Formats: sequence, C-alpha cells, structure tokens
Amino acid sequence: MKFGVVVSEGPYTHQASDSAYNFVKAALENGHEVPRVFFYHDGVNVGTRLSIPPQDERNIQKNWTALAAEHDLDLVICIAAAQRRGLLDENEASRQGKDANNISEGFRISGLGQLIEMGIQTDRLMTFGD
Amino acid sequence: MDEKIKKFLYVNRKAPYGTIYALEALEVVLIGAAFDQDVSLAFLDDGVFQLVKNQKTDGIGVKNFSPTFRALGDYDVTKLFVEQESLDERGLTADDLQDIIYEDEDDDWAEKPSIRIVSRAEMADVMADQDVVLSF
Repeated sequence: MKFGVVVSEGPYTHQASDSAYNFVKAALENGHEVPRVFFYHDGVNVGTRLSIPPQDERNIQKNWTALAAEHDLDLVICIAAAQRRGLLDENEASRQGKDANNISEGFRISGLGQLIEMGIQTDRLMTFGD
Repeated sequence: MDEKIKKFLYVNRKAPYGTIYALEALEVVLIGAAFDQDVSLAFLDDGVFQLVKNQKTDGIGVKNFSPTFRALGDYDVTKLFVEQESLDERGLTADDLQDIIYEDEDDDWAEKPSIRIVSRAEMADVMADQDVVLSF
C-alpha cells in the first residue's frame, strides 16, 4: 500500500514526529511504500539541522535524515509554514536576503501543492498531529 | 497526475485565533482548489467559531482572515458542513454565521448557500464518504 504521511506538530514538544517516524519505518520494513512525508504547521521544525538535543536523548532530526538516506524518502517542508518559522534552505536564504540557512540533509522545501498531490497519489493519507 | 478525482475533506476543529491551525488549514484549502478535486470543509468543535460573522481582531494584533471564507465559492469550494451539536454546545445558531454563497453553474448561476448545517450523525456520514481527510 502507498501511504502519504503528514507531520503537523513540532519535534520534542509533541510526540507526533516520533510516531510518524516509527510508522514510516514500520511501513517500509513491511513492504509498503511511503512516497512522501509532508511537514506542516510546527512540524516544519523537524527539518532544522541546528538542533542539539542532549546526547542521551533521541535525535529526531538525525533519525529522519538517516531514514531518508536509507530509503530514498521524499521529506518535504511546507514553504509557507517554514518561512513563518525561520526554516530556510540555501536558495530561499539567498532569495530572501537572509544570512544563513538551516535545512537538514534529506529534506527539501516546497509548496502546499505537494501535500494535495500526495493525497491524490497515495492509497491512504496519515496525519500525525494534535 | 492521476486522473481520478478524489473526495477531499478538510476538518476544522479549532478556534480561528489562539493557534495557527485554522489559518494554515485555509491556506491548504486555497492551494488545493487548483487541483480540481471534490472538496468539502467540515466545521466542528471550536472550529464552528471560524465562521462567526463580524469578527474583529484589532485587539489581538492578528489578521482577520474570516472574509476569505466568502471567497471560497470562486474557487469552486461550495460545501461547508457545520455540525449542529457543536453550534448548540457553544450557544451559537446559524444566524451567528457569515452568509457564504456560491453561484451554481449547473443552475443558471443561481446564488446558493455554501453552509450546510448537519447533525453529528450526518457529519459522520460525510466523513465516511471521503477519500482523503485532512484534520486541523
């Protein structure tokens, strides 16, 4: 089965991104496809590479980057939600005249159309949020 | 893109202000309208407050986005299901909500109301009938 996954709450504050990670991992290990994971609302903060959680805690951002590398996942951060919250890739930083970018490897920034397209093209849309 | 038209339901459960969910849900609806899918919106729990008329947000310093709901008809988003019980529980009636209308192209562009008040049981049927449900 093809699952589309939405993450709509921020890391560490809320369990949503952990549950989504565990779901995606289990789905892939059981032979399902996850063509895309879409990060919206505060969920976009999962895509920063600048977080430094304590060493004895899980590293949510790194876990996603590793899973993306292993399974060639498409991790999409909503551009409108990201701009409000200060998440920028290199292109956006230069386009907006900002002096830094902070997107983790394995993530990309794109539009809300990617969310709708995911709903159209998958068999089930799973939302992990509040 | 896949040719099949899917039924999308956007479920609005939160008050318009206090959190960003309602505003960012509406942004999804507006972008999604370009995809020519069969779109419905559901308003329940505190989400019914999103449609209340005469909203004024000057005092809290955030944008009043409620007029945007009246433009949805131009995007072919014409089915706004509002749960009766959620209105009742909050002391609201249909008269407290904005008039939101659309022009029905299949009926000589007659103006019709987009808001449809449904019972909780009917709302469950609306939800069961969907392909994609996005909850905010």
